[in-house]
Formats: sequence, structure tokens, C-alpha cells
Amino acid sequence: MKISEIIQHTKARVATGDNYRDREVNKAFSSDLMSDVLTLDDEDLLLITGLSNVQLVRTAEMADIHVVLLARDKNSTPEMIELAKENGIVLLETPFSIFKASGVLYSNGLQPLY
Amino acid sequence: MELFFEIKGGDFTQAGTASSKIKKVLKQLNLDAKTIKKVVVAVYEAEVNVVAHAWRGQLLARIDETGITVTITDEGPGIEDIEQAMAIGYSTASKEVREMGFGAGMGLPNIKKNTDELEIISKVGKGTTVTFRNNF
Repeated sequence: MKISEIIQHTKARVATGDNYRDREVNKAFSSDLMSDVLTLDDEDLLLITGLSNVQLVRTAEMADIHVVLLARDKNSTPEMIELAKENGIVLLETPFSIFKASGVLYSNGLQPLY
Repeated sequence: MELFFEIKGGDFTQAGTASSKIKKVLKQLNLDAKTIKKVVVAVYEAEVNVVAHAWRGQLLARIDETGITVTITDEGPGIEDIEQAMAIGYSTASKEVREMGFGAGMGLPNIKKNTDELEIISKVGKGTTVTFRNNF
């Protein structure tokens, strides 16, 4: 699924990474537990999370995750945006809950990791 | 090649500085993405451990032609029972650390999963030294 489609389905704002709208993700994973995200072997993932801090972006950087969707209208901080820009990570912000965002994307064909 | 970093205990804003720098260096060596990810995930987990549990620490990464050896030494509370600390789900992390998305008792097992060799030496009340190696 293209990032532009994720934006459309979840009514998301782009906090940073607007020029990557055509990038594709294969699968998605929803978690607030960064320790769990660090155990994933797949790449080209969308991470859907309720967490919003610098460590989220650091975790995405180390786990080779290039697209992160913040649920429930969480705002990215300037530090998060700076770090995401430095590493080519797209940060999206949706008003939907993790449950709704995951459900909407799943029903539109985005595959789960597990 | 050697890379050296100081790690401050409790300073989560800086956690990941060393792994980020090491990732950039490994990318320049044209290693495949899976190998790089294994190394940097292990380094990041170790950095987060120092920030979450210890007072201060140092990280030394030595890159040679066949692999990378990383040694993280901290001054901190130490680990009472290393076998228990290696069990998935066992954690002594604070509420603050857990709120940041860590402290689920998955760090050390994940370091083991991502590395080829791992050694942990710890003295209660003094500190811990974690050494691991990844072969390229």
C-alpha cells in the first residue's frame, strides 16, 4: 500500500516526509512496546503506535521502519521531526485510535506482520 | 576501526546516539541491510539498558575485516542473576522506562538473538560489562 493511500484511509496529516508519498509498505504492525518492535525481522513496515517520543523515532531508525503512524491525534515534537528527517522516516498523525486505524487499513488490504 | 561513546544514565534523549553513528559507519562499508540491522538493534538495546539502569557507561565498537565487537561497560547496580535477566519477560525497569516503550524484559534476549557471541559479566553494586560480536 502506498503512503498516499494510508494518508487517505486514516485521514492523516503528514508531520514530515511529504515527498515520500509514493513509497510502498508491505505490512503493518501496531504496538506501543518499542522492545517488541525491535524484535521484528521484516522491513518496509508501517508502524502504528500510540507512543509519541524521540525513542519511537530512534526505534524506527534501528528497526529499518520508514513509516510511522501516530494514533489519536498525537503530535510529533520538533525533536522527533528533526530525527525523522535526518533518517528519511515519514511521520503521519491520524485522529483515529490504534484500533480504528489498524482496522481501516486492514480492510483496505494492508497485511499484518503476524 | 574503533568508535568510542560515553553514555549518560537516565538521559533518554541521548539513547541511540551511538547506535545511530555505528549504523552510518556500517552503511558506508556496504554491508547488507540485514547484517547492519542486527548489529544496530543489539547496540541500541544495550544503550537503552545503560540509560535505563546504570549511572554512566562507555561503549567501544571495534570493526575489523570479519566483523564487529562491541563492549559496553557501565557503572550501575549490576545484575544479580544473569540467567534470570536473560529470560524473556523478566525486568527490573522503572515505571518511567516502561512508559517510554521499554522495560518489557526483552532487551538482553534480543541482544542474544541478534549477535553471534555474547558475554555478560556483572558485579552487584559495581556495574555490568556486556560484550558481543557479529561476524560479517
